[in-house]
Amino acid sequence: MLCERCGQRPATVHMTEIINGHKSETHLCEVCAREIQPQGFGFVPQIHLHNFLAGLLNHELGGEQHDQAETTGNRCEKCGVPEGQILKQGLLGCGDCYPFFEDKVLPLLRRIHGSTRHTGKVPERTGGRARLAKEIGILKNHLKEAVSREDFEQAAQLRDQIHQLEKSMNEGGEV
Amino acid sequence: MPLKKTVNDSHSRWMDADGPESGIAISSRVRVARNLAGIPFPHLLNNAKAEDVIHAVRLAVEDKELAKQAGVLELSLLSALSPVERQILVDKHLISPDLIDNFERKAVVLRDDEVISIMVNEEDHLRIQCLLSGLQLNEAWDLINQVDDGLEKTMDYAFSEQLGYLTACPTNVGTGMRASVMLHLPGLGLVKQLRGVLNAIGKVGLTARGLFGEGTEALGDLYQISNQITLGQTEEEIISNLTAIVRQIISQEKATREALYKDRRDFVEDRVYRAYGILKNAHILSSEEAMRLFSELRLGIEMNLLSGIPAKLLNELMVRIRPAYLIKVAGREMSAHQRDVFRAELIRNEFKEL
Repeated sequence: MLCERCGQRPATVHMTEIINGHKSETHLCEVCAREIQPQGFGFVPQIHLHNFLAGLLNHELGGEQHDQAETTGNRCEKCGVPEGQILKQGLLGCGDCYPFFEDKVLPLLRRIHGSTRHTGKVPERTGGRARLAKEIGILKNHLKEAVSREDFEQAAQLRDQIHQLEKSMNEGGEV
Repeated sequence: MPLKKTVNDSHSRWMDADGPESGIAISSRVRVARNLAGIPFPHLLNNAKAEDVIHAVRLAVEDKELAKQAGVLELSLLSALSPVERQILVDKHLISPDLIDNFERKAVVLRDDEVISIMVNEEDHLRIQCLLSGLQLNEAWDLINQVDDGLEKTMDYAFSEQLGYLTACPTNVGTGMRASVMLHLPGLGLVKQLRGVLNAIGKVGLTARGLFGEGTEALGDLYQISNQITLGQTEEEIISNLTAIVRQIISQEKATREALYKDRRDFVEDRVYRAYGILKNAHILSSEEAMRLFSELRLGIEMNLLSGIPAKLLNELMVRIRPAYLIKVAGREMSAHQRDVFRAELIRNEFKEL
């Protein structure tokens, strides 16, 4: 069947509309369908983000387990959510799922974000060591700049600050 | 009680059209996802546990120190609102459509100017949002950052040194940040350049969506441009990338409008004044048609083809003509046809003197 609108391409979109009991059928090719797409009627099936993720995760787990039931697979030792449910929903169960399913989650994160390392904000109270590490990183950059400027007085100061922070980090405490 | 005011009053700060570039950038939003440590994400919680989360958030937002820093925040249960009132919060862009599914175990925190809102037990335990007029992503992030710091004083967040803030969906992990700008792009639409622009956006790690977020259609030439990547970039990097791209799109839209003004002024003017005529006189208007006409009118205002209609009014009308708000004002349920009649009457009244 050819498209009713352009008469050139094969009709692949078949639409049935019932308005006040009157039924009408339209057969269109994909190109025309997209052009006249009526408000509110999406031809393209909406793919929910979570389905996509579930697909990606499935891939990480080696495709064959595609149709596994929600209750199968390892369970997170903290929240008890089974792998099967994560695959189905595309959502993890709790913060501890990240380390628990690490071997699957990390490749997924690399695929989504192109990275597996957070470089942004660190919470003040719960961040502890991460915050120190971030601060040290920033100071080291400043140090490099100071050295290249040949501002050795500031470089010395920065070096001392870095030592101080590294010391408190090694002691496991906070500043 | 501020929440009642919020659902009765169609106005919200972001509609004031007083932010930078607000002729094209209608609003800027930054939202961060946060979860409480040691508690499963909302989709695994039973109602009792979900209430525990709400309780913890209530204690944190009612903290006096936080109020001093970030303004008075008030938590309300979604179950305290009628379905129409819940929908109004969505229409005003204060909460997401997802928050009103299973509303029994969810809550919203609002600052009285509606600039800050926090969704509780949506996909994550907390989604802190800041909504401002025009292109103001940095300002929005600063405000969020303050609120976030304040909340973190009394709540333990699920955070990992390597992966940052941990979220239910791996697409949000890291900064947990989604920044977006709502852009009005009728010029690029008219000259059929939009698809190219939107495709290019995808290539630089950003995404374009319709007015009401994920999976919605672009209504009235409005597009939300937002970041996709949340891990491996700092909040500041995410915002400065997005701002740079948005500025480029804005300048393309401006250039297109200038070209239209120069070469096809009669054509644009005709569209603008037709839209004006219909809005002023129509007796039946669907919300899709009204949104389309508002878009043409907004273009006319910004191109100085027509004056006397404040952009602020159009921003407000976008919310007031939605079904929920019409029902609220009418005080009764209405069929789709009755709403279309009521909507047209409301708009005619607003345009009577304009």
